[in-house]
Amino acid sequence: MKRAIFLLLPIISLVLAGVAVDFASAQTAVPPVITDDQVNAIAHQLYCPVCENIPLDVCPTQACAEWRELIRQKLAAGWTEQQIKDYFVEQYGDRVIGAPPARGLNWLVYVIPPIAIVAGVIVLALVYRAWRRPLPAAKSDGTPADDYLRRMEEELEKSK
Amino acid sequence: MDNPESSTPKSPTPRRWGWIAAVILSFLGLCGLLAVVYVGLVRVQQGPVAIGQPAPRFTLTSFDGQTLTTDDLRGKVVVVNFWASWCLPCADEAEELEQAWQYYKPGGEVIFLGIAWTDTESKSLGYLEKYGITYPNGPDLRTSISQAFRTTGVPETYIIDQDGILAYVKLSPFVSLGEIISVIDPLLDR
Repeated sequence: MKRAIFLLLPIISLVLAGVAVDFASAQTAVPPVITDDQVNAIAHQLYCPVCENIPLDVCPTQACAEWRELIRQKLAAGWTEQQIKDYFVEQYGDRVIGAPPARGLNWLVYVIPPIAIVAGVIVLALVYRAWRRPLPAAKSDGTPADDYLRRMEEELEKSK
Repeated sequence: MDNPESSTPKSPTPRRWGWIAAVILSFLGLCGLLAVVYVGLVRVQQGPVAIGQPAPRFTLTSFDGQTLTTDDLRGKVVVVNFWASWCLPCADEAEELEQAWQYYKPGGEVIFLGIAWTDTESKSLGYLEKYGITYPNGPDLRTSISQAFRTTGVPETYIIDQDGILAYVKLSPFVSLGEIISVIDPLLDR
């Protein structure tokens, strides 16, 4: 009896292993569940040309609902966020993304604000330095050091 | 007043020249930015392409992989219809457009092109199947074609004559086959 059990053990093990493999493969075949939050995280960064300026995640139109469903399908297929965004741009143009791509005249959008801020800071610093600079002191003989003031005083003296 | 120093104008120092250059450059930059904004606003407010003007040239890759270029269609009347599967008024004219295509197809003088605007491919294909549409249809990739025509929505139909001139614009659905024929026939009789 014991001998029979020892002979059957490998067979039973193989059968159990086969069942386990089947179970595991059946589990992997189940498509991943994509939540609304996952879809909306990407949809929030996209805009539908039909209803401009409304992010895709809150847009109530049928077109936007279909786009959200498309995002869900792409996520379920294993696409990354960047791949999905690239796909939407390729299909529907640059308008679907919130920020314009940095090419052509669009560069101005990215270049001008920092330049303006830096230029503003430089101007403020220069003005501030000029304000803090002490005024030129009068010469020892009493005449102002500033040429303009000196001429003004001369003119005033003449007019007396 | 008779001071010789005061009568000779002082030439600007290099530092002052730097300031003058900075102001001029800032001014030019601001003018450039305003020009870009102005051009953008003018484009937005232009409205659809005007009748009598050359129609925008474009290439359409249909859902079945066929490539159609307007330059290759010169000599034919081209009916360009923008639609979307989610657009209810588009469905109102879908059958009439297909009937018109069947009417003109044997003559070979008219070509119909359907352009799916901001639509998903699966929904577009479902729409084409539902309404039995057989003329070439394809997606408006990057919405470049609709931007070239400056469309305002769907459905919109643009009819281009044999010389590539925009001959007719319809910004709402056709109501009957007769209406479509009444627009195309005069172009063929020219």
